[in-house]
Amino acid sequence: MAVDNVSFSIPDGEIFAFLGPNGAGKTTTIRMLTTLLHPTSGEMRLNGHNPVTDQNEARRSFGIVFQDPSLDEELTAYENMEFHGVLYKVPKDIRRGRIGQLLRFVELWDRKDDLVKHFSGGMKRRLEIARGLVHHPKILFLDEPTLGLDPQTRDHIWSYIKNLNQEEQMTVFFTTHYMEEADRVAQRIAIIDGGKIVAQGSPQELKRQTKTSSLEDAFLALTGRAIREEEVGAIDHLRMHRRMRHR
Amino acid sequence: MSTIYILWLRQLKRYFRSKARIIGSIGQPLLFLLALGFGFGPIFQRAGGGNYIQFLAPGIIAMSILFTALFSGIEIIWDRQFGFLKETLVAPVPRLYIMIGRTLGGTTVASLQGIIVFLISFLVGFRLVSAALLPAAFLFIVLIGLLFTALGTTIASLLDDMQGFQLIMNFLVMPIFFLSGALFPLEGLPKGLVAVASVDPLSYGVDGLRGTLANGVHFGLTMDFLVLGVIVAALLVVGGYLFSKIQV
Repeated sequence: MAVDNVSFSIPDGEIFAFLGPNGAGKTTTIRMLTTLLHPTSGEMRLNGHNPVTDQNEARRSFGIVFQDPSLDEELTAYENMEFHGVLYKVPKDIRRGRIGQLLRFVELWDRKDDLVKHFSGGMKRRLEIARGLVHHPKILFLDEPTLGLDPQTRDHIWSYIKNLNQEEQMTVFFTTHYMEEADRVAQRIAIIDGGKIVAQGSPQELKRQTKTSSLEDAFLALTGRAIREEEVGAIDHLRMHRRMRHR
Repeated sequence: MSTIYILWLRQLKRYFRSKARIIGSIGQPLLFLLALGFGFGPIFQRAGGGNYIQFLAPGIIAMSILFTALFSGIEIIWDRQFGFLKETLVAPVPRLYIMIGRTLGGTTVASLQGIIVFLISFLVGFRLVSAALLPAAFLFIVLIGLLFTALGTTIASLLDDMQGFQLIMNFLVMPIFFLSGALFPLEGLPKGLVAVASVDPLSYGVDGLRGTLANGVHFGLTMDFLVLGVIVAALLVVGGYLFSKIQV
């Protein structure tokens, strides 16, 4: 079982970090919330919609940057953005404007007409993040968004997301293995381990609760020091290979 | 509508950008036409079958549509592996539209492919019997394309890794092609083989093309059309259902 009785709620406009060791159930939780996987029991609400029974409404509410690659490498950067914008029914003039703005922001405008397969790992990541923002979602899921990005790019992207969070009240749900990133960005954190949530609260609360001075120490105090083995299926395995080659 | 269009467009772009696919999809039918057409031509003639190229060309056109269409459907496995499938599956559009867009894209590509091979067949000596039946021939081309794209989608919705792909090529595509009457007439064959050929959907496609482009039908054009139409409808329903159930 990947997750067991996980329960949490995130108020509108909050930046929420979902932390846990490998195989803790972070991605599984995101897959259930984003309608890709059906839970065996329990109930979820996403912007008031049930991701199981009310899929289209739920899907309209969020944007997602997946943990592993999800671009069409045979299309150009611009075409990937355009494809996304059309699927999310962003009106043409707004779409064109936003795609230009976002591609310039992640510094891919010069390469907009190049096929994605010629991009480096970092460039693909930036493009995926930009793509997730084309339709200005109510809720943004980011599954290890900054993996493989340098500190400059990370800082750059987070400032953009925080800005959207403030201006449009966009709720942000993200996972990361960089504890200082969670500490700096998240208003509230949940720590999941072995499919169960072991602690929830603001970064300060978690540190106080564990009598530690850094989030990293708090995390270790809560989840232990044992290294986890992640079970992978055939497809995950293939993807893993790709990631290793590309990043 | 825009959803279907953008997915259709994507299939076309992917096809035209893959040089290897285009070259292969022209080279292989050409090889078949040349090697089989001229290789078996004299024997076929002596046995009283008439011009073998005339007989073979519709079969090879059907073959190229089969390969291209099934491959387009199966591409879902690639999309799953490369992660792009998730991107389309979380979008706020009915999965049925996604499936329709993909299927129409695959059908368009496969039909273009069929038309290209049709043109190539003139180079090796194929002659059109009656231009009046060309629209009907085109209809059969599209039906064959639809059928096998939908079949590919159906199969790909059930598979979650690449291993199954080789299996499909060996145990589905090849038998569908070789047992369809694309290469030999179905008249006077052992009963078992005829029975197999009459449950092979491609047989009806080949028969329809042969009836409209060249001469001689086995099942009859109306029968061909009805059988293909029913199978297409059934596969679209089943494929659409299975596609809507994909979890990634």
